[in-house]
Amino acid sequence: MSMSDSLIAPRAPPATVKRRLSRSQILGYAAIGFWIALAIGVAFFLIGSWDPAFFALYGPKYLSGLGVTLTLVALSITLGAIVSVPIAAGRMSRNPVLRALAYSYVYFFRGTPLIAQLFLIYYGFGTFRPQLEAVGLWTIFRDAWNCALLAFTLNTAAYQAEILRGSIESVPRGQHEGAVALGLTRLQTLRKIIIPQALIVALRPYGNEIVLMIKASAIVAIVTVFDLMGETRRAFSRTFDFQTYIWAAIIYLVLVETLRNVWAILENRLTRHLKR
Amino acid sequence: MENILTLLSFGDEGWGDEIFSGVRVTISLSLATLPFGLLLGFFIALGKKSQERQLRIAADIYTTVFRGLPELLTLFLVYYGIQIGLSELFELMGLSFRVEINAFVAGMIALSLVFSAFCSEVLLSAFKAIPQGQYEASAALGLRPSQTMWFIILPQLIRIALPGLGNLWMILLKDTALVSVIGLADILRQTGIAARVTKEAFLFFGIGCLLFLILAVLSSIVISAIENWARRAEVNR
Repeated sequence: MSMSDSLIAPRAPPATVKRRLSRSQILGYAAIGFWIALAIGVAFFLIGSWDPAFFALYGPKYLSGLGVTLTLVALSITLGAIVSVPIAAGRMSRNPVLRALAYSYVYFFRGTPLIAQLFLIYYGFGTFRPQLEAVGLWTIFRDAWNCALLAFTLNTAAYQAEILRGSIESVPRGQHEGAVALGLTRLQTLRKIIIPQALIVALRPYGNEIVLMIKASAIVAIVTVFDLMGETRRAFSRTFDFQTYIWAAIIYLVLVETLRNVWAILENRLTRHLKR
Repeated sequence: MENILTLLSFGDEGWGDEIFSGVRVTISLSLATLPFGLLLGFFIALGKKSQERQLRIAADIYTTVFRGLPELLTLFLVYYGIQIGLSELFELMGLSFRVEINAFVAGMIALSLVFSAFCSEVLLSAFKAIPQGQYEASAALGLRPSQTMWFIILPQLIRIALPGLGNLWMILLKDTALVSVIGLADILRQTGIAARVTKEAFLFFGIGCLLFLILAVLSSIVISAIENWARRAEVNR
């Protein structure tokens, strides 16, 4: 039996291997560096072209533009939600005529660009001016703001109808059957069983739809509504100062990111009973 | 009725040929944007699923910016930004001439940026749908990372991502209408000119919408054909 009577002499730890930077690490630093450089560049540009007169003149206009954008989006989303209900009902109806009608509505508004729909309503309805004047509706369609609201409402109604239909159809069949077995009427089933479950599924797509509408609302600037984009274009055409667009970009980004985060918190909160 | 047919005829009296050239511009702009958007989106998606935190953050900033900005604003930023930026650059170099950038190129750049941001999200979720075992097995077979990507991952990735990419193509097709604002002679601009000249706005913008609808129907036929082709090797269940 052998026994060691001395301990192994202490040795220096192995030399630390200097890991070479991997390619993706270099790329990562380069990419971050690019964004930081861009941010600093933009900041310097904004500071360099800092002009109190510009802010005194255009600051309030940007704010009013932002107000117009938000009003337009809020109104069209709300009105669209109301219009979307009969369309979604039509999409799920047993009547083939109703179904075809609702389907063509949705297909038309989802298959064509919103800007083309806006032009169709704003410029196109001008063709029917005599008829519209006869009915007394011309004053409504003469105004770009009303036309934009109408186009946006019809457009978002098509998208929201699909969200509503998808979410209602995502509720399992067993829920309907269970409600029937309990002797609930159709309306009760819909109101107490189906809609609450469907709306939770629909929460995320609704949030996306609002973000899409905020972004899409920029096109009303082309038909002379002075929303955030419209005010930006007006300021740019007067000053030829590129910072007008950069400020608009910052405002839009902050707006969209805030909404996205608020919506995420909301969704988290509303679905807390589903977490395991 | 005859009046309408004359308006739409090809030739000097009608607007048919002008509008048809607009259709060609719309299609070529979307087709020209697609490869750049896909490629850029693929690399952004790679960045997002990378091990390196810096790369992930940089890729996330990219998507946050280009998904959050209105497409129209991105277009203006690119269109005026490049003109002003290049002009100042030339001025610094002592040259003085105004840079004019083509609406088609500006549209292509802006739409590629937007498309790639959305595309990277679609590809990222497709990447997540591919099990880790696929990478491990291909490493066990001795394939290099590039070979793994090309022979193992990409074929599956495309199949999974196709429906999402099809949706993005439809959105891209509709977004090209925005480029008419900076003067590209696409469907919307051509029908708009026709509407202004003939005072038949409803007719011509209606036709513009209809043409976009036809393009959407045609694309959905092509996309479902591609999806069937991509699925041909899958088991019928």
